[in-house]
Amino acid sequence: MVPVSYYLAISGILFTLGAMGVLIRRNALVIFMSIELMLNAGNLAFVAFARMHNTFSGQLFVFFVMTVAAAEVAVGLALIVAIFRTKNSINVDQMSSLKG
Amino acid sequence: MTLDMIVFLVLAAVAVASAIGMLLSRNAIYAALYLVMNFMSVAIFYLLLGAPFIALSQVTVYAGAIMVLFLFVVMLLGTEALVPTGVLPYQRNTAFVLGGLLVVEIGYWIWRGAMTGLIPLPSSELNSMESVQAMSKMLFSQYLLPFEVTSVLLLVAMIGAIILTIRQKGERG
Repeated sequence: MVPVSYYLAISGILFTLGAMGVLIRRNALVIFMSIELMLNAGNLAFVAFARMHNTFSGQLFVFFVMTVAAAEVAVGLALIVAIFRTKNSINVDQMSSLKG
Repeated sequence: MTLDMIVFLVLAAVAVASAIGMLLSRNAIYAALYLVMNFMSVAIFYLLLGAPFIALSQVTVYAGAIMVLFLFVVMLLGTEALVPTGVLPYQRNTAFVLGGLLVVEIGYWIWRGAMTGLIPLPSSELNSMESVQAMSKMLFSQYLLPFEVTSVLLLVAMIGAIILTIRQKGERG
């Protein structure tokens, strides 16, 4: 069988790539996708630990994280659409003023 | 090298490559499609870990619903590619340094954990259908309250999304 450390390593790598996506990219939509990538990496670690301890709590937590992620995406994309209507851009560098 | 290990390594390569592809692609639609590929490989990780229900909800919720929403908004706004503005020129290098530090840090702690002995995952006593049954029993007994709160959360998100995008009377655009 594959040791649990390998799953944690892949989860760590995916989380780091997501964090770098948030730092590097300027497109608000791609930043959102990077956040999804980080949530996914956390979920993978949850499932790996759940399997290691032979319990279902970790899997149930992943289930709840997925619903929260769905809610977050719905509200976040609505925000992006609203910002695009006023600014005509979703470049986060241009979202620098309040009441803009 | 067992079959499990080969499958794991191939999937790991696909997952990391698609994540890097998402990070570097200039076009937001390509980024979304790379992310779908990443979600699918993570779903197969879940299957390997003996979590078939989570794997299938990953495919339907993430790769299905969430990514369709993303693609829909990308195409609705028509902002597939952004012109780089370069407001913070040092940002990219700083991001690479910080990302490198983070991966070294995570790697160090996992390596320390692995030094105490690689823990092979115990083989599950339940077959996949039994594990779904046991999980649903736990969801509807021990975790019933969080489950109900989740439904309220989804309702609030739905109303919030509508309120945010609804056009007021007399507002142009």
